[in-house]
Amino acid sequence: MSTAAASTAWTKVRQQPSALARLFDNKAFLIVVCLLPAVGLLMTFLTYPLGLGVWLAFTDQTIGRPGVWIGIENFEFLFEDPIFWSAVFYSVFYTAVATVGKFALGLWLALLLNQHLPMKSLLRAIILLPWIVPTVLSAIAFWWIYDPQFSIISWALMEMGLRETPVDFINSPWSARWSLIAANIWRGIPFVAISLLAGLQTISPSLYEAALLDGASPWQRFRHITFPMLMPILAIVMTFSIIFTFTDFQLVYSITRGGPVNSTHLMATLAFQRGIPGGQLGEGAAIAVAMIPFLVFATLFSYFALARRKWQQGESND
Amino acid sequence: MAHLITRRAALAAGGAALAAGSASAQIQTQPATPPNLPIERGATLRMLRPVRFVQPDEDVWRANCERFAQQHGIQVRVDFVGWEDITQQTAVTANTGAGPDIIIGFDAGPHLFADKIHDMTDVADYLGTKYGGWRPLAQAYGRRQNRWIALPFGASGGPAIWRTSALREAGFDSVPDDHAGFLRLCQALKRINKPAGFALGNAVGDGNAFANWLVWSFGGSLTDEQGNVSINSPQTINALNYLRELYPTFVQGTLAWGDISNNRAYSAQECFLTQNGVSLYFSLKNDPATAAIAEDTQMTPMPKGTLNAVPNAGLTLNAMVFRHSRFPNAAKALLMYLMEVEQYDPWLRANIGYWSQPLNAYAASAVWSSDPKISVFRDTMNNPFWNGYKGPITEGSVAATADYVMVQMCASVASGQATPQAAAAEAERRAQRYFRRR
Repeated sequence: MSTAAASTAWTKVRQQPSALARLFDNKAFLIVVCLLPAVGLLMTFLTYPLGLGVWLAFTDQTIGRPGVWIGIENFEFLFEDPIFWSAVFYSVFYTAVATVGKFALGLWLALLLNQHLPMKSLLRAIILLPWIVPTVLSAIAFWWIYDPQFSIISWALMEMGLRETPVDFINSPWSARWSLIAANIWRGIPFVAISLLAGLQTISPSLYEAALLDGASPWQRFRHITFPMLMPILAIVMTFSIIFTFTDFQLVYSITRGGPVNSTHLMATLAFQRGIPGGQLGEGAAIAVAMIPFLVFATLFSYFALARRKWQQGESND
Repeated sequence: MAHLITRRAALAAGGAALAAGSASAQIQTQPATPPNLPIERGATLRMLRPVRFVQPDEDVWRANCERFAQQHGIQVRVDFVGWEDITQQTAVTANTGAGPDIIIGFDAGPHLFADKIHDMTDVADYLGTKYGGWRPLAQAYGRRQNRWIALPFGASGGPAIWRTSALREAGFDSVPDDHAGFLRLCQALKRINKPAGFALGNAVGDGNAFANWLVWSFGGSLTDEQGNVSINSPQTINALNYLRELYPTFVQGTLAWGDISNNRAYSAQECFLTQNGVSLYFSLKNDPATAAIAEDTQMTPMPKGTLNAVPNAGLTLNAMVFRHSRFPNAAKALLMYLMEVEQYDPWLRANIGYWSQPLNAYAASAVWSSDPKISVFRDTMNNPFWNGYKGPITEGSVAATADYVMVQMCASVASGQATPQAAAAEAERRAQRYFRRR
């Protein structure tokens, strides 16, 4: 009896939580509420502009008036437009050559910086300079360096009596293409070098000691320790580098504006040229949309070709 | 770059205008009745304008606007923006229906937004009657299908600019007016190692000016009178064949030249004959280090070639009033006020030749006798050529100019990448895309 009385006291009806409290106890609701700001930001600043860009690519919108849906007409025109194909070619060529250059020189620089050098920190800080300087500033510097009349390189060579006329840096298609690639490599090396240096410093020295005991040559140590251990970070850095290079705009636009005769247009500069100064927003957007498959391919290539190695998942690399 | 006009600046410019009263006396006016534009009470106006060439341009402009504001008890704010930003800011203003009441854009800009701006026919007719009529370039850029949609304020032309001493050394007194003579001159300049140079790179101003001169002076045109693409013509082929002979006489690097390159090359005495606006002359004249070059410099119209008129379309300031403005009468009245002799002539003189008048009467302005060398700019707006000549101005002609269709046609021939026939066909293909009917 007494136990029954006690139990009634204990089974006192629990006070029902308020509707608000129950709402916030609901896991699904909480997830939605917590994600909302992030999703909202992404939708506003990422999905909407991207979606708008893709939509524009299928319209004939110009700067002066709203467009109407024209299906794939923009792409049909671009497909037969030699200037567009020249921009596609140069974008791929520019990305490929500049990436190879940046990685070869960047890796070399990283290996050098990984040695014990006097004033190591200062050196590393200086190495970063080309990357820290705003691109437009370095582009203007290169614009002067490549100027047909006032190039410092031409001037120096002529003063030394090695040349009679100024060097043709950007006055003919192929020299302009190579000059821009050189500028891009100069600018991109620090990013690669510093990232790879960070990767190098995570490699355990005991691996090198073991290799030394086994009598491995420097090349063997690089080939069988440094390089494989760097692979994961190499893949990430390369993905970023390819994306940055492929979508480069400022260097080319500041130095050549796509000239001479459109030979150095990248897809990004051509998209801008057609879309904003040319006023053909739809066509410009179509060129920009045409970059997406290339970027997706480059990203997938980096990931699958370079990063998906079994040893990364802790298995032996057979 | 917004500035509020200070009282002192307004007084100073007012004084300048008073002094100008007598200087403007030679400008003849005809009786005309101004349109009735009752100014809205409490109006506030905002105007966007390209930045100045010279400081007095801005000072006098602001003072004129401030006087109008004081006379009518309204507010006027003037913002000066960079030249390359004007088109984009106009587009945003037009498409969002918000922002400045008045924008002074360039060239055919107002034609892109014809359905978003006010008709200006009443003001233009009044000014035309009073000041001896509008000049051809003003009519080309100001009118659309027989009504005025914009008020041109002035234009800056691109004549040939050359070194007297170099031409004399090459055996010439001045720049010949025919193609054969011009070619001989350039060849002679090359021989004495004082070459000519004309921009063939993606230079909006200089590149288009040279390409247009070349094609127009041979009788070619981007479009015909009806607006059909006509660039692939025998005249164009002749022009491009001529360019193949002319280009080897140029200083090295012109295919990579931007708008500033010829100024630099001329100032550095690397190039002795080029085509440019008056800014080059003044930058030489005002720098003691180059004053001697300015002294040795002459400016004359580019050769007429096979035509009777100078094949050059000046860069034109073109004012438009947006329909979204809540004070359209005040806006139109302000523009009209700025074009009246009491305001316009002091402004014209403050610009020392950078801008040339759109109304005939102002050809008598004292500015054109201030320095004999700049008198070549007096008739800039008398040339019956415009970007997209000779069809009606459309968004196609604007786009074709901005996308360097003519420039690249010339550059591809000059560089040997294309034959004249192939280059003209390629230009036709590109132009047809821009001029396609929608």
